[in-house]
Amino acid sequence: MTDSRYKKLQRIYVVVILLVSFTPLFLLGGIMYYQVSKTYRTKIEEQIRYRVISQADTIDLFLKERTAILAAIADTVSFNQIINEKTLLKTFELINLRAGAFVDLGVIDQTGQHRAYVGPYDLKGLNYYNQPWFGEVMAKGLYVSDVFTGFRAFPHFIIAIRRQEDKNSWILRATIDPDIFAAIVRSAQIGKTGDAFLVNKEGLFQTTPRFSGGILGKSDIDPTAYGGLTTINEEINSKGEKRLTAGRWLKNKTWLLIVSQDVSEEMGSLLKTRNQEIAIILMGSILIILTTVITTRYTVSKLKNADARMNELNAQLLQSDKLAALGKMAAGVAHEINNPLAVILQKTGWMEDLLEDEAFQKSKEIEEYRVSLKKIEEHVERARKVVHNMLGFARKMEPRLEDVDVNQTLKQTISLLENYARLNNIELRAMLSADIPIIASDQSQLQQVFLNIISNAIDAIGRDGLVEVKSAVNHSTIDVTISDNGPGIPEEQQKSIFDPFFTTKQTGKGTGLGLWITYNIIEKLGGSISFHSETGKGTTFTVKIPKVPPTEK
Amino acid sequence: MTEKENLTPSTRIKLLLVDDEEGFVNVIANRMSKRGIDATKALSGSDALKAIRKQDFDLAVVDLKMQEMDGIELLRILKKMIPEMPVIVLTGHGSERAAEDGMEYGAYDYLTKPCEMDELMEKIHEALARGR
Repeated sequence: MTDSRYKKLQRIYVVVILLVSFTPLFLLGGIMYYQVSKTYRTKIEEQIRYRVISQADTIDLFLKERTAILAAIADTVSFNQIINEKTLLKTFELINLRAGAFVDLGVIDQTGQHRAYVGPYDLKGLNYYNQPWFGEVMAKGLYVSDVFTGFRAFPHFIIAIRRQEDKNSWILRATIDPDIFAAIVRSAQIGKTGDAFLVNKEGLFQTTPRFSGGILGKSDIDPTAYGGLTTINEEINSKGEKRLTAGRWLKNKTWLLIVSQDVSEEMGSLLKTRNQEIAIILMGSILIILTTVITTRYTVSKLKNADARMNELNAQLLQSDKLAALGKMAAGVAHEINNPLAVILQKTGWMEDLLEDEAFQKSKEIEEYRVSLKKIEEHVERARKVVHNMLGFARKMEPRLEDVDVNQTLKQTISLLENYARLNNIELRAMLSADIPIIASDQSQLQQVFLNIISNAIDAIGRDGLVEVKSAVNHSTIDVTISDNGPGIPEEQQKSIFDPFFTTKQTGKGTGLGLWITYNIIEKLGGSISFHSETGKGTTFTVKIPKVPPTEK
Repeated sequence: MTEKENLTPSTRIKLLLVDDEEGFVNVIANRMSKRGIDATKALSGSDALKAIRKQDFDLAVVDLKMQEMDGIELLRILKKMIPEMPVIVLTGHGSERAAEDGMEYGAYDYLTKPCEMDELMEKIHEALARGR
């Protein structure tokens, strides 16, 4: 697989894991928030509904009390009694003591003339005949006015009662203290943004709202949007704030009590919860992303390494397959050559047997025959060795045990390489122990081992240097050390030098099989090979050959 | 005539030599004859089995690779028929693995071709000494 395919795989892993992780996370977060906010909203609506109902009842009761007390007075006194200033003042003081909130009290006759007055304004003698409320009270008998400015040029509202006395009518009229009334209305407001006020059927403020607008000003409220019972609306005011508004018509059906609340204030704790939730989700997301990316990277790199290792193994397997095929072919060829060699050897042997007969003993040339036959035998042996060596690549090949003089083998090997070394101005120095015994081993394979190591040493030095070859006898082994003063083997390559096909030489210069074959030969001979290398100082190979006595052949 | 050729037939070793390489069989038989061994030549497994039915042998030398019947196959049959008869196997393979297989099937020992006559004689005498 190429790098880009690993990257693609990594991307797919990351996307799939993130999708699988995030979908339920966001879904759960969303649903939870929706449910909580719905519950919260319902709770807020219930609160505001309760408040508007109870406050409307309070205001209704307030008006009813004031109306009832005025009606009771009107019903019990006569016109002549009430227009007496003292009586009126006493009555005024009495009703303020019992009920309160009256600003003034006046008596108006059927012509609209203000006949008696108690209060802070100078209203006595004014004629109300053309005032709108006068017509209303004359017609209905009881009238609670909207807020108006009237003669006193100050917003107020009145309660007026008409009394029929014989053929004449008169009106008892009281003004309600707007401040006290407004305070009662306003007591319904809550929090920093809550508001409570009254509007009339035209949407004009009947009490001063807390925010935006003054009494008798036009409100944002559309009274037609409020039905018979309590109505809750969500409105966006002129400032763009979302407000929850509960409205309830008072019993007189002319005033609408409005209790409103900024949604964001009431939902504040919910918003806090939402922000906390978002923060948790955000943190979780970062954690998930980090974990996903890191673990995916780790997994993919592991996979990549495993793939690389497998490819390497496959390559090695392919190579060993090739070697096995080569070995098989060599074995077949070996059989075809060994059989005729066997016949030749036996025929020469037969001739040697025959030479022992008396008839041949007399021949002058008998020595010549014998030498020639020996030569034939030697060459058969040579051919046999060639075949045997040809099988060197076949791993299963067993060493052929024979009498081996290790020192002699080393000398032969050195003489083979001397010329090559001299050409590169490299000295080959042999320091061989005189006590090395003859052992049972495989001379040609040992020669191959020494040849590989010494020629590697020469190649490693390149030019100008020294290769020292030492032999020593040990308790159970013969130790051969081959040291060079070349550049040494880099540490990262040290673990690979015995691997098949590992080479530091230029392409085509080395097969990478030399040390691998060396290692296998030594192992088959029952010995061991090790090395010590220091960068810049050189490398020393130590070959330990088992000291097998020749009799064990 | 050498000393060994003068041995009476009863003291001479009776050996069955099995190899499909005729030149090899002939020369080995000749050389053995000079060394006190009567070698009966068989060029195939079936020849060897025929010879076995006619005559008793002290020992057999069997090549492992033959055209018709494999040496290992013959070895197995011989070992069933006459378990006490030692069999030395020869192999022309460079590898000695086939020979080791032969050892598993009851061969006394093995030699790789080409081999020296002295070596073969040594093994034969060893095998017979062991058998007695």
